[in-house]
Amino acid sequence: MAALERSAWRLAAVVLLAAAASLPVARPAHAEEAPDAMVRRVAQDVLATIKADPLIQAGNEARIREVIETKLLPNFDFARMTALAMGRNWRNATPEQQKRLTDEFRGLLVRTYSGALNQYRNETIEYKPLRMNPGDTDVLVRTLVQRSAGAPVQIDYGMEKKADAWRCYDVVVAGVSLVTNYRDEFNEQIRNGGIDGLIRTLADRNRGVAAK
Amino acid sequence: MIRRATSSFTALAALAATLVAGCAAVPSQVDPLEPMNRAMYEVHEVLDTNLVRPIAQGYVDIVPRPIRTSVSNVFNNIDDLFSAVNGLLQGKLDKFGNDMGRVILNTGWGVGGLFDPASEMGIERGNEDFGQTFAVWGIGPGPYLFVPLFGPTTVRDGTGVLVRIAVGPVGWIPDVPLRNSLYGVGAVDLRAQALAASEIVDTAALDRYLFMRNAYLQRRRYLIYDGAPPREKEEDE
Repeated sequence: MAALERSAWRLAAVVLLAAAASLPVARPAHAEEAPDAMVRRVAQDVLATIKADPLIQAGNEARIREVIETKLLPNFDFARMTALAMGRNWRNATPEQQKRLTDEFRGLLVRTYSGALNQYRNETIEYKPLRMNPGDTDVLVRTLVQRSAGAPVQIDYGMEKKADAWRCYDVVVAGVSLVTNYRDEFNEQIRNGGIDGLIRTLADRNRGVAAK
Repeated sequence: MIRRATSSFTALAALAATLVAGCAAVPSQVDPLEPMNRAMYEVHEVLDTNLVRPIAQGYVDIVPRPIRTSVSNVFNNIDDLFSAVNGLLQGKLDKFGNDMGRVILNTGWGVGGLFDPASEMGIERGNEDFGQTFAVWGIGPGPYLFVPLFGPTTVRDGTGVLVRIAVGPVGWIPDVPLRNSLYGVGAVDLRAQALAASEIVDTAALDRYLFMRNAYLQRRRYLIYDGAPPREKEEDE
């Protein structure tokens, strides 16, 4: 009898957890959620939303950005991303510059992501086994995206454990780390025009001024 | 970008690179020839924007997807054979077996490579090439090169592509127009596959030359280490 009661409680707990996991991303919760489970939940959520939304299927970019803003971005640590892409220049930036850099870099990544999601729609994601030791606070979640046409693409997420949940600080597409890729570009901009020059360039790109 | 279309361009650039490498100013360790490369990149952009990209886009718009997929499959099947050879040259017997298995399956069941049943069965492509083999043998990349119509490479990787082209099999075809048409189709097929990627680069890059260079070098490193490159030290800590 006691055993039955225990399993009933366990079932209730599982149901509750499942319900919590299906709630919108913006909620704090999930402190105990494993990083790969989190990537899976967010990715499935975003893909399901995109597939179900007639506006997005019609190519409405504003709507795609809205989905990215509300469902994807809360799971990214943009300050860390920007700091990594800045390398040693990050410490030379004033707090105000750091904030502007983070905002503009975030804007650029939103634009890039909307463009990518607009093109890749009928994809399925395979999740590779997570290599993680207990107590790790920095892991790589590895996925393989199968496209309806073309070769599969490996997309990995660098995840860091924060106080409330895991946050993504790097996306690695087919072995190409976004953060590493921007490091030389940021350095070059800073060499030519200082940190304010980099902020200006990022702002220009976000306003749609073409790159050279 | 366009690997199969090349020939003399890479040869010339590789030669120029080796000659110039000694006396050029050094803007960066990986890219000592940056001024020349940037000039080549400008040439490439003009050709790509006005000629190659529109042709690739037209190909995508006109030719139905199943046919395009089969064209890619045929070229991929030949690449898989070379991947097997390079797996063997690197002493990676599992990769050799994997890719030979793919070639046998796809050539037999896949009707001469028109279809790709191996991928449907979950056998992933090995993606080995001569450039990676040279790297595993301990040969460094040499200067980075940007070759118009071909794209980013290094002296080592470009040499690998030349070896690949020299070995064949398209080069064996005695009929010159047919051979050149096959090179052309292969090039258009590759450029068409990269159309989506180049749109993303257009949005993401602050400086497309640098973006492509870094992406290329990272990608090659990743392939050389078979998808598990050691972590590079981070600069900010």
